[in-house]
Amino acid sequence: MDLLTRARRPARLPHGGPATHLRDPVRVVFLALAGLVAAGWALVALDGGQFLTLESVVGIQQRSAALGIVAIGQTLAILAGSLDLSVAYLISLASLVAAEIMAGQDGNIGPAIAAVLAISALVGLVNGLVIARLRVHAFIATLGVALIIKGVVDHLYDGPAGKVPESFQLLGYSRAGPIPVSAMLWAGVAVVAWFLLSRTRLGYRIYAVGGNEEVARLSGIRTSRVIVITHVLCSVCAGIAGLLLAARLGAGAPTVGTDGGYDLESIAAVVLGGTALAGGRGGVAGTVGGVLLLAVLDTLFNQLEVNSFVKDVVRGAVIVVAVAVYARHGTRRPA
Amino acid sequence: MKRALPILAVLVLLLAAIAIANPFFLEPAGFLAFLKRAAPLVILAAGQYFVVVSGEFDLSVGSLVTAEVVIAARLIDGDESATWPVLALLIVAGPLAGLVNGVLTTKLRVPSFIVTLGMLLVLSGAVFLWTGGAPRGALSEGFRAFGRGGLGPVPWSVLILLAVGAAAIWLMRADFGRTLMATGDNERAAALSGVRVDRVKIFAFMLSGLSAAVAAILLGGFAGVSAQAGQGLEFSAITAVVLGGVVLGGGRGSVLAAMAGAVTLEALFTLLNLYGISGALEFTVQGVIIIAAVAAGAVRLPRKPTPRRGDAHAAS
Repeated sequence: MDLLTRARRPARLPHGGPATHLRDPVRVVFLALAGLVAAGWALVALDGGQFLTLESVVGIQQRSAALGIVAIGQTLAILAGSLDLSVAYLISLASLVAAEIMAGQDGNIGPAIAAVLAISALVGLVNGLVIARLRVHAFIATLGVALIIKGVVDHLYDGPAGKVPESFQLLGYSRAGPIPVSAMLWAGVAVVAWFLLSRTRLGYRIYAVGGNEEVARLSGIRTSRVIVITHVLCSVCAGIAGLLLAARLGAGAPTVGTDGGYDLESIAAVVLGGTALAGGRGGVAGTVGGVLLLAVLDTLFNQLEVNSFVKDVVRGAVIVVAVAVYARHGTRRPA
Repeated sequence: MKRALPILAVLVLLLAAIAIANPFFLEPAGFLAFLKRAAPLVILAAGQYFVVVSGEFDLSVGSLVTAEVVIAARLIDGDESATWPVLALLIVAGPLAGLVNGVLTTKLRVPSFIVTLGMLLVLSGAVFLWTGGAPRGALSEGFRAFGRGGLGPVPWSVLILLAVGAAAIWLMRADFGRTLMATGDNERAAALSGVRVDRVKIFAFMLSGLSAAVAAILLGGFAGVSAQAGQGLEFSAITAVVLGGVVLGGGRGSVLAAMAGAVTLEALFTLLNLYGISGALEFTVQGVIIIAAVAAGAVRLPRKPTPRRGDAHAAS
């Protein structure tokens, strides 16, 4: 345990200085976030408007909550050296299951939440078992599971279905002061994941498995079990995001997950936050920064009324450049 | 070819099942029609193979196909005389996108998953920006001939497929193939033995871009112009490559098997259609079969005791 604790902190260097700052992706992403807010403020002011009004701050939080929750789950899977491409379809499925079971009745909220969590945990279990036991590469395994869910959802539904009662819709829209309930939910998920990763034995094992699976196995870690658990947690996060989106839409929708691009977008946010795609390095804080950065960028473009397709181009460039910055200052891992 | 045996067995079974459901399939015309439909995916799979075997991913091919089809339609706009210049432009543009992917991956050391994902976003954004949301213009008859027409009874796309297949096999037998395989298997060892690893990988990405350009020309020919022309093709191509027993992470698998994987995938779609499985459930069956096929391939054959996961990215 001691060994593992030390092993996961090679990125921090003893001495400070500008170069060291750039070596820590979490700092880079939050510095970039601050820079973007400042630049956005200036640009919008020149345009005669005001950036980050109370309204838009609330908007940023509400818009980023669902992606944030998915991305935190994705962080766990990626840290363990895996990845999950099935989250987008799972989100759609979760929103449909939630809205269908609730059927507009307050009394059904509890069973609906339980059903969504159970189904998403089951999907995660399948993902994890196929990857860890059948030795199928995570890319193919979760893509296959994504196709399976897509087929079922498309077969059963053409459009929105079910009804979410008013009381549950509060999850999507109500807020305490400037902080929406959905953002609190996101923060809660982030804190739980942070605690899991940095304060529990499972957390150390996730880093160890992602760092080097063979070494972790030889050190006595049941690597398959760790991979299965991270996939269950990742899918449960996607299920929670599905609940949140159902609350916001007032119904379940078969395309809510894919329209949001939650699969590739969540992976991009995780990597933007400095978590290595190869696994073993990174964490929740960076992911939160990555999601916020994407959300602020979106808001800025909206306020400047930039063509929405330019947004895609810039977003692609930002992700590549950010990762290039980390790669430049990080060490190259041996193949 | 040992890794390719399971997929060849699956392919034979699928083809037999199709022939039983539809005897027309056994006639040359029926089989050629099948190959014509399969050609774009098989060509894409060959291109993706080079990237995957070098230890990388190319997620941008689907959006590259879309971009090329949309650009061709807008530039040609029904003008027959523009056909050849635009074709030349497309053939140059594909490898150029691959060059960018390759340089960013190797020189900036960004994982190719992220680089090509960024390229996907940039390309799809740029296409919609340029067309304002809906593709405009039209392809000329001369352009469409590659996807639709043929030399006598043999469609052009089948001839192009054969040429691409022959070129791919030749490339893998040449020096390039050996250094590519060595790079994917152990990048550091390859570099120490004098392989210019970066150059080899960049060339692999350019081949993938070129295959996307060829696939786009064929798809534009018979499927027509749409903003969804290449949607999801990157995942199909990677799936096909893996079905053919090529290992994600690099270093193992043959290009012929990768192309056989693509034919198998197309045979699977054909069979599902023949048996009237609804469009939606087709995805479900496809998902189950992909997982089962890859799992079967992984279980039966002995693996090298190297770390399986993540080495694709670590090497980048």
